[in-house]
Amino acid sequence: MKTRRNFLKLTALSSLMTLSGLVSLSAFAADTIKVGILHSLSGTMAISETALKETALMTIDEINKSGGVMGKKLEAVVVDPASNWPLFAEKSRQLLTQDKVSVVFGCWTSVSRKSVNPVFKELNGLLFYPVQYEGEELEKNVFYTGAAPNQQAIPAVEYLMSKDGGSAKRFVLLGTDYVYPRTTNKILRAFLKSKGVADADIMEDYTPFGHSDYQTIIAKIKKFAAEGKKTAVVSTINGDSNVPFYKELGNAGLKATDVPVVAFSVGEEELRGVDAKPLVGHLAAWNYFMSIKNPTNAKFIKMYQGWAKKQKLPNADTVVTNDPMEATYIGIHMWKQAVEKAKSTDVDKVIAAMGGQKFKAPSGFEIEMDAKNHHLHKPVLIGEIKADGQFNVVWKTKGPIKAQPWSPYITGNDKKKDEPQM
Amino acid sequence: MILMYAGVINAALDASVVSRLAAEESEDKITAIKQLGQTADPAALAVLKALNDDVLYVAGGRVLVIIDDKATDAATGAVLAAVPDDAEGISINNRIRATLANVIAGLRLFDADRTVRLAAAVELQGNADPDAAPLLSRALEKESDPGVKAVLSLAYAQATLGANDPAVRLAAVKMLAESSDPRHRSLLLSLTDAANEPDGKVRAQAELSLRAINSRLQLSNMVGQVFTGLSLGSILLLAALGLAITYGVMGVINMAHGELLMVGAYATYGMQSIFRSKFPELIDWYVVAAIPVAFCAAALVGMIMERTVIRWLYGRVLETLLATWGLSLILIQAARVLFGAQNVEVSNPTWMSGGFELMANVQLPLNRVVIIGFSFFVLALVWVLMNKTRLGMFVRAVTQNRTMAGCVGVPTTRIDTLAFGLGAGIAGLGGVALSQISNVGPDMGQGYIVDSFMVVVLGGVGQLAGAVWAALGLGIAIKFIEGWAGAVIAKILVLVFIIIFIQKRPQGLFALKGRFVDN
Repeated sequence: MKTRRNFLKLTALSSLMTLSGLVSLSAFAADTIKVGILHSLSGTMAISETALKETALMTIDEINKSGGVMGKKLEAVVVDPASNWPLFAEKSRQLLTQDKVSVVFGCWTSVSRKSVNPVFKELNGLLFYPVQYEGEELEKNVFYTGAAPNQQAIPAVEYLMSKDGGSAKRFVLLGTDYVYPRTTNKILRAFLKSKGVADADIMEDYTPFGHSDYQTIIAKIKKFAAEGKKTAVVSTINGDSNVPFYKELGNAGLKATDVPVVAFSVGEEELRGVDAKPLVGHLAAWNYFMSIKNPTNAKFIKMYQGWAKKQKLPNADTVVTNDPMEATYIGIHMWKQAVEKAKSTDVDKVIAAMGGQKFKAPSGFEIEMDAKNHHLHKPVLIGEIKADGQFNVVWKTKGPIKAQPWSPYITGNDKKKDEPQM
Repeated sequence: MILMYAGVINAALDASVVSRLAAEESEDKITAIKQLGQTADPAALAVLKALNDDVLYVAGGRVLVIIDDKATDAATGAVLAAVPDDAEGISINNRIRATLANVIAGLRLFDADRTVRLAAAVELQGNADPDAAPLLSRALEKESDPGVKAVLSLAYAQATLGANDPAVRLAAVKMLAESSDPRHRSLLLSLTDAANEPDGKVRAQAELSLRAINSRLQLSNMVGQVFTGLSLGSILLLAALGLAITYGVMGVINMAHGELLMVGAYATYGMQSIFRSKFPELIDWYVVAAIPVAFCAAALVGMIMERTVIRWLYGRVLETLLATWGLSLILIQAARVLFGAQNVEVSNPTWMSGGFELMANVQLPLNRVVIIGFSFFVLALVWVLMNKTRLGMFVRAVTQNRTMAGCVGVPTTRIDTLAFGLGAGIAGLGGVALSQISNVGPDMGQGYIVDSFMVVVLGGVGQLAGAVWAALGLGIAIKFIEGWAGAVIAKILVLVFIIIFIQKRPQGLFALKGRFVDN
């Protein structure tokens, strides 16, 4: 018994130590609006999420410099849920009850979002979720500024099946083992079936979070690709596993012209740690790429590069922007506009004011929040990796398309309403 | 002969064809590329290479090659006075890239250099399209080198698979039986279907050829699988060797072992940064320099740990476990403070990137090959240190009978520190290897602690040989299970196996025998 108590004490002590170092102890001030930032700054997801924290802080700084929201300055409360899903729920409860934030910007993985959803529902908080995800969810308390499957996954697979994409007939659905890849692959499987792809021509494979040995998977892909039809890989691998995956892919000599890999969670930020030369031609589908040329994007990139230098971020001279960063940026600005429209930070009033908000986004389009379904209308872009780790856009939609959080390829979804149920 | 873009563009190319390279539609680009390919002109080759390397631009209807702020007209070869401001890069996609690779290889088939010809033939072997058949037959006639000729005839066979004449098809299918390329297997597979191949003789021959390819591929698959297992085994071994000393020989349950690996990996990162800024010309050798540095850094951390915490807890297993676990948290947090919570980038030196082809379809990644060699080097080092040096003898003496060793004048406490430092240093060496294949971050050690204990316990506590067999055995077993059940199931099955194994045979694979075992 004693041992177990010791163990518990030690756990409590050490986690306290870890936390106290990272929670920003901001001074209380009456004329500020508190904003929570809930991104993993350590653990397997830190590779992706740290940049989102920086983007959120930068956007808040930008808003404060131009006079704040309704004359009040925004005050960021940053917490680190450490890629630990239950800790996400704990931290969001802390943000909503102790820090009393008006809104939270955060989460990357769907499992973390699923873990905080009940908390936001119970305490009637407001969460802006900035990452593409699997859909199948529509919470009143959440606004989804990333892509739904029809804004990313489905167009990407359609592209692979097109002539320019290589007319793929066989598909490897490869992912990290959790809800987002599993659900996305369920939708994709149904979609592929509707296009006449047989079950035997689909291979699904999953790896645990933080998996770092992709030799077997690459060998399996090679073998699967030698079965008579053009093969493509759809990767929903998340977090820092992507670095060993792409390293192995490069070393094993699997070229994009033979077996293209399209990824849904790999962007400019994830490729920073990888030598991109062997990866030229592999693909990613997003709603924004850093390489898009337009004045809004140039300003956005410049602002972030300036911010990185000012904050002395690691490797500040090579920082990049990516899709979830853009989504974070859009989300914070739209929230600001909605607060100003509602003339209040009250959650219900802000939710009511969000529908129909418009914002000129770095992707070059005027992005609109759907009147009802809490998702953005977004353009879809498909890019090929270039030798410098940037993306070359090879396909895009003419304009923003409406999100379908309930994918029509999953049975029973046709009866679900395209707005949150109260 | 290496063609430089600017120097060779002298002969004028058809400007209308060249300008079509900048067309909007992929279809037009591909037609233009093929037309340029048929000219067999070195200037065309230079332009196509420029397109492949993303240095081809279009400005005001003119196609330009722009390198280092120097613009050359792609069609005429004239050098422009200044780079136009509105120059826009011509983008290509995978489909165009594949055509380009084909056409460029086709043009190079007539190069004077044998290696260039061979590379071109290899490039064409897997994806020669029917259009390339006349070109290939011309190249075959001219070719005198038997090595290049063999590859070329495979490429020619592939290109003629779709020929109208069944006799030509039959010859092609027969020829492909010599291939070990999985892409050819793929092509032949579709020819066994009556819907794709009307001629019965060709279908039968395709079956035969397929069988020949299959048997070769099966062998290469097997070799590949064993290699991946060996590679994983060598990594497990490197991760566990240090623990085999601290836990196996000294009996300290060191939960901070993973963090000692991390110290080694960060030391490698540190050396990389130093080399990058101070000796950029020697950057390829930073890994070699990192080996002693990582050893010393981890050994130092280990000795400090031993002196300050662990030595007061010898013989109290539970307290050691908790204290070292606390130490591991401190080390993780220290790494976060020093280097940031995000992973740091450690890149492979060029001599460790890429792979070499052992046999057709088996490409061994060089970083893994080097790590397998390195793991045997470290193993030899540990063996020599433990069995052939005075320090090793003292360590063995102290662990076998502390009192007796003390009586005959062995400085037991100092030996403890040194032995722990040695174990930690070996862990640091493991960190160097890990930095080359996986992520380097504050938490990286957590992923290896379970594996390391698994190896040491399975091998038998106190046994170096046991650790070796356990690591290699586990590596190969995990890879074979992953092969048919996937990574998630493999992890579970291995843990279940170890639980059962330890229950049946608590002493591990190899057990120490003798009077002092119980101490």
